[in-house]
Amino acid sequence: MRTVSADQIGAIKAFLFLLCLIPGAQLVLGWRADQLGANPIEYITHATGSWTLRFLLITLAVTPLRRYTGLHWLVRLRRMLGLFAFAYGVAHFAIYLWLDQYFDWAAIAKDILKRPYITVGFTALVLMAPLAATSSNAAIKRLGGRRWQALHRSIYAIAIFGVLHYWWLVKADILQPVLYGVILAALLGVRAWWREQERRRQLSTPPPVAPSIKGKIIRIVPK
Amino acid sequence: MLIKRPDDIPASEITPRAMFEDRRRFLLKAGAGMIAGAALWNGLPRRANAAPMKLSPLQASPFSISEAQTSYKAVTGYNNYYEFGTGKEDPAMNAGVLQTRPWTVRVEGLVGKPRTFGIDDLLKLAPLEERIYRLRCVEAWSMVVPWVGFPLAALLKQVDPLGSAKFVEFVTHYDPKVMTRRQILDWPYTEGLRLDEAMHPLTILAVGLYGEVLPNQNGAPIRLVVPWKYGFKSAKSIVAIRLHETQPATAWNKSAPQEYGFYSNVNPEVDHPRWSQASERRIGDLRKRPTLMFNGYADQVASLYQGMDLRKQF
Repeated sequence: MRTVSADQIGAIKAFLFLLCLIPGAQLVLGWRADQLGANPIEYITHATGSWTLRFLLITLAVTPLRRYTGLHWLVRLRRMLGLFAFAYGVAHFAIYLWLDQYFDWAAIAKDILKRPYITVGFTALVLMAPLAATSSNAAIKRLGGRRWQALHRSIYAIAIFGVLHYWWLVKADILQPVLYGVILAALLGVRAWWREQERRRQLSTPPPVAPSIKGKIIRIVPK
Repeated sequence: MLIKRPDDIPASEITPRAMFEDRRRFLLKAGAGMIAGAALWNGLPRRANAAPMKLSPLQASPFSISEAQTSYKAVTGYNNYYEFGTGKEDPAMNAGVLQTRPWTVRVEGLVGKPRTFGIDDLLKLAPLEERIYRLRCVEAWSMVVPWVGFPLAALLKQVDPLGSAKFVEFVTHYDPKVMTRRQILDWPYTEGLRLDEAMHPLTILAVGLYGEVLPNQNGAPIRLVVPWKYGFKSAKSIVAIRLHETQPATAWNKSAPQEYGFYSNVNPEVDHPRWSQASERRIGDLRKRPTLMFNGYADQVASLYQGMDLRKQF
């Protein structure tokens, strides 16, 4: 599986797409069958939030996984994973607006402005929107690779806000948000480490001598 | 008045075994469907089933409300009892290991006649009453629960509180051998009331619900119920009651003093620092409803707090 053909990647993507739909499908079926416990609204709110965070972490895991396994085609799955993170995030927010608050805009505005955990969660979702909007090949071309990459690095902040959003809402048991935090720290840490390695590498190899003019003597002599 | 209990539990409310098992398969599939974050999953349920014992005779109470009662399944399946796990379904799955007999409750401290009561003495201490109360959790959900119990005052009168006693502390059972969870709060969980709150006729010690012996996950064999305060004030599985001159420490207050005050009266105007308390979701309802001052018991209890700034003494 070092390299995969276009057909294979198509099949992998189709399979992954269905896999990513499973949590959502479970919620829909569970809701209809009344199997989400005594407080189903709380259940689906928490589940969609957790899946948003999980998909963010999975998306962030693609690059390290690719580097350590040499399976470079993994990067071709990243866009879909990121878009699923956004989709679950939108579902999470929609459930909050609709089932939790019943479009009570005054209460929603107050929540977003006044409750730090909602403020960071909302910020994370807002920051995800431009990434989703610029996820197409056309958008990459339009923006240019460098600017696109710079923009999409905001996923680091988004994931941090996502973990904070969870951390700040739990009552006393912080185990789960801590687990997400540790995984995120590892995923961001490995990037920082690569960056540091790269910096050191550049420092230790002497800068290439500029295409030299050594030996040539250019005399500037007034005639 | 004798109340026939079984009618209150329509057969439709009792989850058939097939459905429980379906649910397990459903969760199993959920586990299989995960490609990552497996460690973050909460695990599969193990359910403790025991045939509950009927309590009778029961007296009706003028303090009961007539709002629709929350289903037995929800009342006994959606609980906060952190010693048995922090998930809402964890206590129902894990509390089966709690041994509720023999059981004693020591009543001590500033009392004239300290005494240890066996659970059977407590069941006979006063006529058992059914009290249908609202229960408002600090997490902004609520239920209506038909408790069975007797006024705490009836117990306290038996031990002759001294004039110096101003507060009552409730110490709950903690057995690290069966409560194997990480220490999340400072266990044993303790709670407290002012003596006048403890003596108030609405304050009861509950030994049952829906006409039956209290299920373990609801705080068997004996728990406090203070309906005008957030649910966490109503300590479960009590082993000691101590009378003090000074305000005792309480578990949630020690954990986060800025969030959980000693009084913790239900108050829609005083938000939790992190979320609003203005409304609540009654379990079983889709829409939220406004939260009532003192959880709807203002007529009976507001006078206890006259002259107090409820924002400061939350």
